[in-house]
Amino acid sequence: MAFLEIKDLHVRVAAPGGRDILKGVNLTINAGEVHAIMGKNGSGKSTLVQALAGRETYEVTRGTVTYDGKDLLDLSAEERAREGVFLAFQYPVEIPGVSTDYFLKAAVNAARKHRGEPEMDSVAFLKLIREKMALLKMDPSFMKRAINEGFSGGEKKRNEIFQMAVCNPRLALMDETDSGLDIDALKVVANGASSLRGPGRAIIIVTHYQRLLNYIEPDFVHVMLDGRIAKSGDKNLALELEERGYDFVERQVAAGV
Amino acid sequence: MTQLASEKTSEHARAEQSAGHAWLSALRRAGADRFAAVGYPRLTDEDWRLTSVAPIAKTKFAPARARLDDEAVALASEAAFGPDAAIELVFVNGHFATSLSHVAKLPRGAIAGTISQLLSSDGSLLERNLGRLAEMADTPFVAMNAGAMHDGAVVHIGKGVSVERPVHLLFVSTADSEPTQSFPRVLVVAEENSEHTLVESFIGGPGVHLTNAVTEISAGNDCRINYNRMQRGGDEAFVITALAVHLARGSRFIGHAATLGGKLTRNDLKIVLAGEGADATINGLAILRGDQHCDNHTLLDHAAAHCPSHELYKHVLDGSSKCVFRGKILVRPGAQKTDSKQTSKSLLLSDDAQMDSQPALEIYADDVKCTHGSTTGPVDEEMVFYLRSRGLGLEAARHLLTYAFAADVTRRIKVEPVRRRLEDFLAAQHGLPRDLRITDLGEHDEKAR
Repeated sequence: MAFLEIKDLHVRVAAPGGRDILKGVNLTINAGEVHAIMGKNGSGKSTLVQALAGRETYEVTRGTVTYDGKDLLDLSAEERAREGVFLAFQYPVEIPGVSTDYFLKAAVNAARKHRGEPEMDSVAFLKLIREKMALLKMDPSFMKRAINEGFSGGEKKRNEIFQMAVCNPRLALMDETDSGLDIDALKVVANGASSLRGPGRAIIIVTHYQRLLNYIEPDFVHVMLDGRIAKSGDKNLALELEERGYDFVERQVAAGV
Repeated sequence: MTQLASEKTSEHARAEQSAGHAWLSALRRAGADRFAAVGYPRLTDEDWRLTSVAPIAKTKFAPARARLDDEAVALASEAAFGPDAAIELVFVNGHFATSLSHVAKLPRGAIAGTISQLLSSDGSLLERNLGRLAEMADTPFVAMNAGAMHDGAVVHIGKGVSVERPVHLLFVSTADSEPTQSFPRVLVVAEENSEHTLVESFIGGPGVHLTNAVTEISAGNDCRINYNRMQRGGDEAFVITALAVHLARGSRFIGHAATLGGKLTRNDLKIVLAGEGADATINGLAILRGDQHCDNHTLLDHAAAHCPSHELYKHVLDGSSKCVFRGKILVRPGAQKTDSKQTSKSLLLSDDAQMDSQPALEIYADDVKCTHGSTTGPVDEEMVFYLRSRGLGLEAARHLLTYAFAADVTRRIKVEPVRRRLEDFLAAQHGLPRDLRITDLGEHDEKAR
């Protein structure tokens, strides 16, 4: 059985008269794979990863998602996180008054408790934090600051991948992590994300640009168009998109290719 | 049962105190007459249109007796600072409780004692200052207090004197077989270039009681005053407070006021920036649940030029509680270069909770900067989702965000025993560990405001 199996997924905005966004997504991801999802604004790529993470502003109207043998859609957002799903936000939220270290320790321990493991003690936690901070080249003062408060766009994205490295997910969902990053930050962030690549886990990267994929080479690239996956290929598809734009996919779909 | 310093009834005590102090008799008579004439405020009074004191007016109160029961002792012990205070004066139902107080010598030039004590030795400080800042016209309750007060505290910080540890005034209110009432009175006179920290704790036990307290703080030139008020307990308590502060040239006042209990609370706070360069910061916190009602009326009266003032009030409302914040900034003619910022933020934890936040700016000078902002809403769902997406449970996420919202006020409090008690209260309320770290983001946050 595949690690993640998305079948005929339909999602709409959870509001009266909410717009349909995903109109039948099918995607199979095996453990160890990295998939990139590309597409124009409004094609539904961000909605897909947010729905997988359990955001309640989206409503699943049809379809199934099986994750590691479990019905993912049956789990709450926090249960998904404890089961190893991690969403790196496109727009990380500022949370005044809650320090990153308190929050991260609570997050790590919620997952450990869920797995029946003892809570991580302060010494072990500090060691883990230091190691991942070094990986993401982060200033240790970040830990004592309120989550994302007053951070620049780039700092927020770096903080997301730092948290991802600490939480050590089995399914990492990266929602336009590359937007707003300069080339140096991009390399650091990509390096952090690549460290999660390995057997028993999978990464889905949502991006507009091919740039990030130079540093995290995807096994598969998918193009989303109007709420469906319109075309799939290997890493060369990303290069082709970069060269020819998304229009050629639209034309191919229109022509029934 | 321990006996209090005075076993006499309030009536007797008042008569005896007034002997030889004609000014005091006059003040009391004026208060009683004024209250008899105006009576309790009504909803038709502009300043009281959102707070009905009918439950107070309807209650028949007996004068609180001068005695200590186990309940009062327990409440006082729990709230006491002990050695963390430079001096701790405890009053139970308005009567000074010697046995519970921690009376120590203050640095030379500073005194803190009871009004009764001072009247029996030298009443001139009181005569010169009592009733000068809290005006009877401010609210009927100030007049009521003046008419009925019989004891309280006097703090006098001499010129250039610095008292480092807090002066703690602890007022415990308990009910008897009948509802009781007490009228604590506090006078603080800080002379030029002095520095001190004052804490007023109002602690309520079970049962119906009214605490009507008036505090006056007069600061000479270049004083530094760190003021803190904490009100807790008393599910059926009526708590009415008035604080009047007068700041002369270059004086800096930092105040924090927290309301964590009481059935019906009204706080009137007035700070007059009377001399150039006076600087006032006042932050407030109200944590309400059930059917609690709290009304905070503040007035920052800019009467001189070049004075900054900062005000941040935060309210956390659960159940069917109701909170009123009316923050007035008055800039008088000539108070040029006034720089005043007012912020009111409210978190509604239930659909039935109600917040009424009203800024009121009255500006009669043309070269000033006055800003105000007010937000009211439920816990931010984006923040909740962010925390949940990392594995925190829904309830845990809401509790953590509520705690953080309130801790934004408590973390600014420099008096450790006050901050610790408030944060412990918040942590216990939200099922969070006591050692929860609150990030020190003061500077950034000040800028954001």
